[in-house]
Amino acid sequence: MNSDNSAMIRFNQVNKWYGRDHHVLKNISLEVKQGEVVVVCGPSGSGKSTLIRTINQLEPVNDGEIWVDGVQVNHPRTNINRLREEVGFVFQHFNLYPHLSVLQNITLAPVKVRKMSQADADQRGMELLERVGLSNKRDAYPSQLSGGQQQRVAIARGLAMQPKVMLFDEPTSALDPEMIGEVLKVMQNLAESGMTMMVVTHEMGFAREVADRVVFLDHGEILEQAAPAQFFNNPQCDRAQQFLRQVLAPMHG
Amino acid sequence: MNYHWDWGVFFRSTGVGHEIYLDWFFSGLAMTLGLALAGWIIALVLGTVLGVMRTLPGKVLPRIAGAYVDLFRNVPLLVQLFIWYYVIPDWLPDAIGNWLKQDISPTTNAFITVMVCLGLFTAARVCEQVRTGIQALPRGQANAGYALGLNIVQVYRHIVVPQAFRIIIPPLTSEFLNIIKNSSVASLVALPELLGQTKQLVDFSAAQFEAYTVGTLIYFVVNIALMFFMRWVEKRLRVPGLIALGGK
Repeated sequence: MNSDNSAMIRFNQVNKWYGRDHHVLKNISLEVKQGEVVVVCGPSGSGKSTLIRTINQLEPVNDGEIWVDGVQVNHPRTNINRLREEVGFVFQHFNLYPHLSVLQNITLAPVKVRKMSQADADQRGMELLERVGLSNKRDAYPSQLSGGQQQRVAIARGLAMQPKVMLFDEPTSALDPEMIGEVLKVMQNLAESGMTMMVVTHEMGFAREVADRVVFLDHGEILEQAAPAQFFNNPQCDRAQQFLRQVLAPMHG
Repeated sequence: MNYHWDWGVFFRSTGVGHEIYLDWFFSGLAMTLGLALAGWIIALVLGTVLGVMRTLPGKVLPRIAGAYVDLFRNVPLLVQLFIWYYVIPDWLPDAIGNWLKQDISPTTNAFITVMVCLGLFTAARVCEQVRTGIQALPRGQANAGYALGLNIVQVYRHIVVPQAFRIIIPPLTSEFLNIIKNSSVASLVALPELLGQTKQLVDFSAAQFEAYTVGTLIYFVVNIALMFFMRWVEKRLRVPGLIALGGK
């Protein structure tokens, strides 16, 4: 179905409007290869979150094609639930289930969707908690955890489905500054393990160190895509230059 | 006023078998509780289904549930009861109509009728509570489920409804107390529940002050006890910080 097999995510001329006049995504064409880590940045209101939410169709699009691992996600015949099993999603506000314990949060989908046995799911859940450094919190409830801990559980929850892609929608924006590092560290480890990742973030340090490519979005348009070194040292378009000045030196922008 | 209070009346024989008047309160209370509980089960099941329907995407199901609520909330309970009791049986297929009117005892007939009436009336109110509970949840809760590949049934069953119910325990408690109080309309179709038995006691003994005092107290004590019981249930099911989380 897909001519380019190495593309894990592919946008082809995607457009989206809110109502009639608000054109939030304009002719988006973008590829993310298997194992690649792509950071999407841009001013607020530029359409970053909308963009990443179209990949698992939490936001529908009006026009164009989006492909994930050879399946067109916005095709009417595509079983969207099936596709979402393969695409992990981490939210800005974590969205853990407050009535379930940490381990139950992680095992719910594997048991109900993947039909894994509870014992297997528990075992895998514990491995993942180990990986995000929270194995001692298995029986805690989300509200008993700090923001950073909650987000690490949310990442483990996404990984429990053994997805092919992980999407992150501003994963550290709701965190207190001292907790950002622990979440980014988990994400960095994940990137090093070869996971295909698309990350909307304002953490330019993460982009510089971990990303293979940075995509700059403004007013719903991709204005620039480049390797981090090139993007940060030598941004081509005016809007990207201005954005970087504001983000990197907010008091002097 | 020169009323001669006579509390001993409750221990006198009713003249029916070996019963004393006090026994009528017990049998009336049992009937009241049975009626309220049976009606509550109908209300809870149907109300949950309707409440979920009101929050579903699309237009048809939410409108059906909305129409149900409009109908059952805007006709007085007593009118609904008379319709169920006097009108509906004649519309039913003969087999069921005759079964209700002839084959079973008038008491069973009245019990079934009032149970259905209270159940369907209260379901409309439960529906609105459930809908409110679901809509109070942050949108991100359902989204987190969908993002993991859960289908809409699984999202409702495992994520949305369990949280909504914890939020609406207090208003649901009030509906439960309401159904106990509302069950007293059954006395108007001659069902010997608590109010019916109280009235009968007055007719037999002429001790109306004593009878209504005790009848009232029983309603009051039962409802207060239930209120405390539901507070305990609420505390047991409370999950720390359930409603505090935000996000889309």
